[in-house]
Amino acid sequence: MDTQAQEPILELNGIYKSFVDKTGDKVGVLQDISLAIPQGSITGIIGKSGAGKSTLLRCMNLLERPDQGNVFFEGTDLTQAPRDILRQKRHHLGMIFQHFNLLSRRTLEDNVALPLEIAGHPKAKRRKTAQSLLNRLGLSDRENDYPSNLSGGQKQRVAIARALAGNARVLLCDEITSALDPETTTDILHLLRTLRDELNLTIILITHEMSVIRAICDHVFVMDAGKVAEQGPAEHIFSRPKHPATQALLKPFLKQSIPEFIQDRLQEKLCETKENKAILRLIFSGASAQEPLVSQFIRKAHTDVNILAGFMDQIGDTTFGTLVVEIPNNPAILEQTCTFLSTRGVAVEQLGFITHD
Amino acid sequence: MTELILESTWQTILMVTLSSVIGLLVGIPLGVFLFITDKGHLCQNLWINRSASLIINAIRSIPYIILVIALIPMTRLIVGTSIGTLAATVPLSIAAIMLFVRIVEDALRIVPTGLTEAALSMGATRMQVTKKVLLPEALPSIVSGSTLVIISLIGFSAMAGAVGGGGLGDLAIRYGYQRYNLTVVLEVIAILVVMVQCIQVLGDRITKKIRK
Ligand SMILES: Nc1ncnc2c1ncn2[C@@H]1O[C@H](COP(=O)(O)OP(=O)(O)O)[C@@H](O)[C@H]1O
Ligand SMILES: [Mg+2]
Repeated sequence: MDTQAQEPILELNGIYKSFVDKTGDKVGVLQDISLAIPQGSITGIIGKSGAGKSTLLRCMNLLERPDQGNVFFEGTDLTQAPRDILRQKRHHLGMIFQHFNLLSRRTLEDNVALPLEIAGHPKAKRRKTAQSLLNRLGLSDRENDYPSNLSGGQKQRVAIARALAGNARVLLCDEITSALDPETTTDILHLLRTLRDELNLTIILITHEMSVIRAICDHVFVMDAGKVAEQGPAEHIFSRPKHPATQALLKPFLKQSIPEFIQDRLQEKLCETKENKAILRLIFSGASAQEPLVSQFIRKAHTDVNILAGFMDQIGDTTFGTLVVEIPNNPAILEQTCTFLSTRGVAVEQLGFITHD
Repeated sequence: MTELILESTWQTILMVTLSSVIGLLVGIPLGVFLFITDKGHLCQNLWINRSASLIINAIRSIPYIILVIALIPMTRLIVGTSIGTLAATVPLSIAAIMLFVRIVEDALRIVPTGLTEAALSMGATRMQVTKKVLLPEALPSIVSGSTLVIISLIGFSAMAGAVGGGGLGDLAIRYGYQRYNLTVVLEVIAILVVMVQCIQVLGDRITKKIRK
């Protein structure tokens, strides 16, 4: 991608942050985090609860001041910037939250206009910008309504409009779909992608759900215990997760690809008295998803392959698929299978065994 | 007699209104100050915060009637006398300030911290956060709390009678207690009930109107 070649719009360098917990001990929440966010990308930061994701995001606009390290936004080191410069830069770093954080006593229009009010723009301009943003986000004619009359999805749309109102170039999103139902989540994520394309925004999304990453992210950072455990293009994270933290996060997501009737029969150990078949999951992505690898493999290995389940999907711009297959439980065949497929970019995972009478 | 009742009612209204206004004027900034200097808030300054809280809590723990007596020298200094409606307003205002500070602090405390975060992330100054987010969001709770404070102040104002401050309490003591004129007592009670009721209804209405 050519975005990689440009200067990153946001760059974190050796960020450390610790808090003093209730017992008075110092806890290192972020430990030596460095990352670069390319302009125009949608970057996901995933990790389980308490991994330090929110703290990291808040370091990006200095709502949380790092103990050590630098934050560069469009070339300016925010950690060194005087207070008024920092405030100016924050106009371009819009933030969206899980619980929307709309002002209950302001109309939608006045909520959206808040960043402009803070920046000291005249009333006429505030009105115009707020109304056009509300229209764009599908809330026309609601400008005089109050947040309490809206659904969660609508509130998040207002919050997005508000984040954009101050002329944001980067959107920092902290679990913005975690309070929404699955359908609304999809809507909001698609909306973000459209906005990215139309306004050339850079989006950073924090989440604990792989499905959110799958829906729109180009690049993923996996966080574990205050460190970046793993990073890479989204399709790599899905097809070849290396770090145990990533594998753990993928588990609930990949489980969906194994039908229940197979899950029920899946054994961890061999059964001595019966015939065993090995169950493998093959994960294809990018080029490997488009080649006839399975048939090539069957021809080469002279073995029977029984396809139990499979699905293909799109992650970002990359085709991604999983296939659950059953092959004879023969060490030689197993070995051959893994080698052949691995060299062709397919990740192989042994799920267990199924017995046949 | 009617004239006396009217005059006393007017004195009570005057004392309570004046002390409420002073209480709000001083209590709101003081409450905001105590809130934003507290741990984890906009202008955290624990040393100043703890010292101020200590003083306020000390004053708050003084029973009102003792506060009135303790404040006699200060009252003399400000009003020139320690007797009369205006003099009674001084300790009443101090009590009002203490009560309003509490109301304002509590009201600010229930504003979700995420709102402050959101405003800061937009590049707001601490002053802007306070004026555009904290106070407007806390307003409904401040109004409903103020209703209670004003009603308490009516109660306190009755004690002004003890130091010759006038008002309905004074009237009830002089005619009801000392001369055992039950009619006057009943009339005073009726007027107080109506007053409290009016404030309660008005307070509830305003709260309901501004809470969206
Ligand atoms: N202001 C704070 N004071 C003390 N501890 C904090 C503070 N903010 C976060 N933490 C701690 O830092 C850790 C990481 O928190 P957070 O960044 O919110 O994680 P995540 O968003 O990944 O769930 C948690 O253990 C949390 O308790
Ligand atoms: Mg979080």
